[in-house]
Amino acid sequence: MFNKAVENFLQTLGRPLVNFLMNLGYFSQFVARAVYNCFMPPFYFKLFGKQFLNMGFYSLPVVGLTTLFAGMVIAIQTYSGFSKYGAESAVATVVLISVTRELAPVLSALMVAGRIGAAMAAEIGTMRVTEQIDALITLSANPFRYLIAPRLWAGVVVMPLLVLFGDIIGIFGGYVVGVYKLDFNPANYINATMQSLQAIDVISGMVKAGVFGFIISMMGCYHGYRSKGGAQGVGEATTNAVVASSILILIFNYLLTEVFFAR
Amino acid sequence: MSDNKIEIRNLYKAFGKKKVLDGVDLEVKKGESLVVIGGSGTGKSVLIKCIQGLLTPDSGSIKIDDEETIGSKKNIHEKMGMLFQGAALFDSLSVWENVAFSLLENKKMSRKDAKLEAIRVLRQVGLAPDVADLSPAELSGGMQKRVGLARAVISKPEIIFFDEPTTGLDPIMADVINDLIIESARGLGATTLTITHDMASARKIADRIAMLYNGKIIWSGTVKDLEKTDNPYLRQFVSGSSQGPITVEV
Repeated sequence: MFNKAVENFLQTLGRPLVNFLMNLGYFSQFVARAVYNCFMPPFYFKLFGKQFLNMGFYSLPVVGLTTLFAGMVIAIQTYSGFSKYGAESAVATVVLISVTRELAPVLSALMVAGRIGAAMAAEIGTMRVTEQIDALITLSANPFRYLIAPRLWAGVVVMPLLVLFGDIIGIFGGYVVGVYKLDFNPANYINATMQSLQAIDVISGMVKAGVFGFIISMMGCYHGYRSKGGAQGVGEATTNAVVASSILILIFNYLLTEVFFAR
Repeated sequence: MSDNKIEIRNLYKAFGKKKVLDGVDLEVKKGESLVVIGGSGTGKSVLIKCIQGLLTPDSGSIKIDDEETIGSKKNIHEKMGMLFQGAALFDSLSVWENVAFSLLENKKMSRKDAKLEAIRVLRQVGLAPDVADLSPAELSGGMQKRVGLARAVISKPEIIFFDEPTTGLDPIMADVINDLIIESARGLGATTLTITHDMASARKIADRIAMLYNGKIIWSGTVKDLEKTDNPYLRQFVSGSSQGPITVEV
């Protein structure tokens, strides 16, 4: 009786652990295969261009709006907090550092994860459940090279460019609020921004963006590729892709911040 | 060298505890049209996917032209074409790009020549040239099957697989597809393996029929043999009766 209870208890603990390890193994294998195939010919430049346009150009409005309002909010909050100590002049610097180091990369990545990561998972998931991926294989095309590599390259290349755009718009948002609402002198505000500007702030944001782009594309492709069971399976894949990439973006944001700025 | 194009021996495949293929032995001769029949969920699609390398069997042997394919690095797909149950056309490509996919990707044919060849093959399967620039979503189920058939035969494969080619079609369109399958296969001199539970289709297409039940081939013979057989499983399947040795879980 006691032995049976222990056995049941261990089974209850063991099954999720075994499942977790199996999924981890499958995921690691998938990532290794995907990365390997990114460097192996044939390279589908047209498909890369399509993904580049979809992920980059069509994400400009959403990234622009997000970073614009983030920059505006930071300007108001900094002014409201710092004015108590007579440090209002730090607004331009705080806006610059907040936007370039954190807000532009993280918010842009989260928005792109919702927009593009979900779409990737849905598209590849639908291809999986309608046997289009099997069809690719039977036509001697490697799905990792045809479907996944162009998306991974697009993610890694596009995100830093989007973040650079987000940096400019976010700083502009802070400038608009600083000058038109908080009555800063425009020349002084620009001067303070330029004096505070350091290459590491922008570069760290762009490196983060490259990593986030890889995460978004990888999660979209992985969950789409593994989806099964029709529309419900595709729906689950889409949700999982967005949730997993959002969580990983936040985790990797912390890790990369440690690497760049922890003393 | 044997005259078998495909030779399967002792093939096993299970998903978890469910044994789907339980020691399948089957051979298809060069130029032969073999139809595998069997109820839903008996492992017909798994069998065809194992032969194509889309699934890895647990054990057994699959030889194509006397060469073992399981574990082989050789690209076996160059010899094969496949018509999928739902046609499996690529949504992101136009009809002609779907049909000419292997010409563009593998044979590196120019887009202009590939399109002309695609239109020629589309004509063969009874589709007008103006269909070429449409998207697959704009086609009916029957037209999608024809496009799928055109894609399967355009690279002149030695072996063609048909997965439930008439499922979801009205009887007349199903017969049209059957005729196209026969014409295409004969025209190329290809070996074909069809899986279906449509007996009208099986009778029309097959040189030989094999029945898969409980993961094993339980009967094999010509269409004439099928009419005379006293195998109770086959008799029940052909008559479509719910009474007999084949039980259906409800």
